[in-house]
Amino acid sequence: MTAANSYRNQPDDRGHFGQFGGRYVAETLMPLILDLEQNYRAAKADPAFQAEFDDLLEHYVGRPSPLYFAPRLTEELGGAQVWFKRDELNHTGAHKINNCIGQILLAIRMGKTRIIAETGAGQHGVATATVCARFGLPCVVYMGATDVARQAPNVFRMKLLGAEVVPVTSGAATLKDAMNEALRDWVANVHDTFYIIGTAAGPHPYPELVRDFQSVIGKEARAQMLARTGRLPDLLVAAIGGGSNAIGLFHPFLDDPSVRMLGVEAAGYGLDKEHAASLAGGRPGILHGNKTYLLQDEDGQITEGHSISAGLDYPGIGPEHSWLKEVGRVDYTSVTDSEALEGFQLLCRTEGIIPALEPSHAIAAVTKVAPTMSKDQIVLVNLCGRGDKDIFSVAEHLGVKL
Amino acid sequence: MTRLSAAFAKGHPALVTFVTGGDPTPAATPAILDALVAGGADVIELGMPFTDPMADGPAIQKANLRSLGAGTRTADILKIATDFRARHPDVPLVLMGYANPMTIRGSDWFADQCAAAGVDGVICVDIPPEEDPELGPALRARGISLIRLATPTTDAARLPAVLEGSSGFLYYVSVAGITGMQQAAVGSIAEAMARIKAKTDLPVAVGFGVRTPEQAAAFAKVADGVVVGSALVDLVGEHGANAAGPVQELTAALAQAVHNAREA
Repeated sequence: MTAANSYRNQPDDRGHFGQFGGRYVAETLMPLILDLEQNYRAAKADPAFQAEFDDLLEHYVGRPSPLYFAPRLTEELGGAQVWFKRDELNHTGAHKINNCIGQILLAIRMGKTRIIAETGAGQHGVATATVCARFGLPCVVYMGATDVARQAPNVFRMKLLGAEVVPVTSGAATLKDAMNEALRDWVANVHDTFYIIGTAAGPHPYPELVRDFQSVIGKEARAQMLARTGRLPDLLVAAIGGGSNAIGLFHPFLDDPSVRMLGVEAAGYGLDKEHAASLAGGRPGILHGNKTYLLQDEDGQITEGHSISAGLDYPGIGPEHSWLKEVGRVDYTSVTDSEALEGFQLLCRTEGIIPALEPSHAIAAVTKVAPTMSKDQIVLVNLCGRGDKDIFSVAEHLGVKL
Repeated sequence: MTRLSAAFAKGHPALVTFVTGGDPTPAATPAILDALVAGGADVIELGMPFTDPMADGPAIQKANLRSLGAGTRTADILKIATDFRARHPDVPLVLMGYANPMTIRGSDWFADQCAAAGVDGVICVDIPPEEDPELGPALRARGISLIRLATPTTDAARLPAVLEGSSGFLYYVSVAGITGMQQAAVGSIAEAMARIKAKTDLPVAVGFGVRTPEQAAAFAKVADGVVVGSALVDLVGEHGANAAGPVQELTAALAQAVHNAREA
């Protein structure tokens, strides 16, 4: 495939993925993100930076994560072979750490001495607090007060790791409000602070650099699948909130025409009710530094997302996903809270793996699509997080008192 | 001469005042705007409420929530602007807000509405020069000023890009931060003014963190105008639908301080 018709050469030099992406930030931040872009370009071209990133991923995070064939789930679904990319086995239990390692190396390279982050479910907050402890940098994590209440174990983890967790009470007190507050902190502390954004969204170059750091998932999976089966998978499936685990898996495969891809949004109580499916139920708009599909009303006021998974209830999505939807390279679907709960239990029962509620959405989608495929076809699912953090909310939804 | 340029050519520094439209209700806003004019404000900034005011401190965040909580729609803001223009044919009116509510129906739609309402200028917090095509061309085509922000982080290399396509006035954000919080040292403002004035003939108004007549007077000594927002918005928060009196009182004190700053 030539560069001209590649799906892998986005964004353009202004940070646009087609009509999406861009740099919609206040003037105070603009010089910073231009500086970040310049530094990222230099780091990307520096073999020493890449070597340090690779070394930390191997010896600190525990990569490469295994590629696992799920025999009993495959048998239960009675169609395509189901394989998992086991990113839930990473240090801190999710894919988020891949990106945090990359960004903190960038922060250190830029001479920044203070780290801030936003978090929803707390996974990105924990991963950020982890790398800050590892490198000895002070860390402030903004977290919606609602999420602080429903993710108490992760709040405690962050505190153990030395981070200051700031509950955000503005708006609906969830992820989007935490991101607003992190941006307010950044704009007031531009001289020494690096903002580690947790998903492949925000102003350019964040969607690009988060994607690049997370692409280790897809690069490993592609090589592992070729080594194990001698072929590429037929379908990739990943859950999408902001979309960093999905873009990390998809991106290295985008120019393989035989590989279909399915991103799974959170349909919450249902697409006709409260949900967090920005692509299915939103339209393009501008928020948090980028143009992308957003849940909003006709005046452009942002509406609240809902999902059983705190990691998915963000009213936007990374701009590259908006573009991949528009150009038709990736298919997007959504599953409800109750379907995700069934997927969660199915994986526990058939494979002895307790998944996070985020990839439980991907598993639920696989239960619909795998049976329609033939037994010699391969579905590869990104198991982007483990479910320990979710057992309390799952118990509550199942009516079990712990 | 446009209404905006006239406001900066009165022979004294201009007082620019901000309140959030629809706060506490759309019905209450006209009396508050009239109080700003009666108090002596030279330019009126009418905030368009947004669910996610990322550049604003607690005072204006709360104002946005009060306004949206009262059911304020974009149509209400445009109606408030249209009615203001009918009552005050000569007072410049600027809409200030965030990109999404301004561009969601397309920039041409928004610029048409601004033109029909008699709006003189637009300040959009999160459209930097790099994303100018999103809004700038539509406004300029209709003769509406796009008023850009310059900040302490806008260095000499960047300033020309900020000035390109700007008109009306330049809004200098005195501190790296959010609205209504800390105040900059007057010395740093004077330095910034010198740097900016070397590159443009546009009037420069200074804002962020200006709360009292004394602070406003200090800035007015070195700038063409001073912007006050959060202190007025706090009064609206405190007095609600009865805010017009206190707003006029503070505006009058600010206007006197700003207008006479260079005579002291």
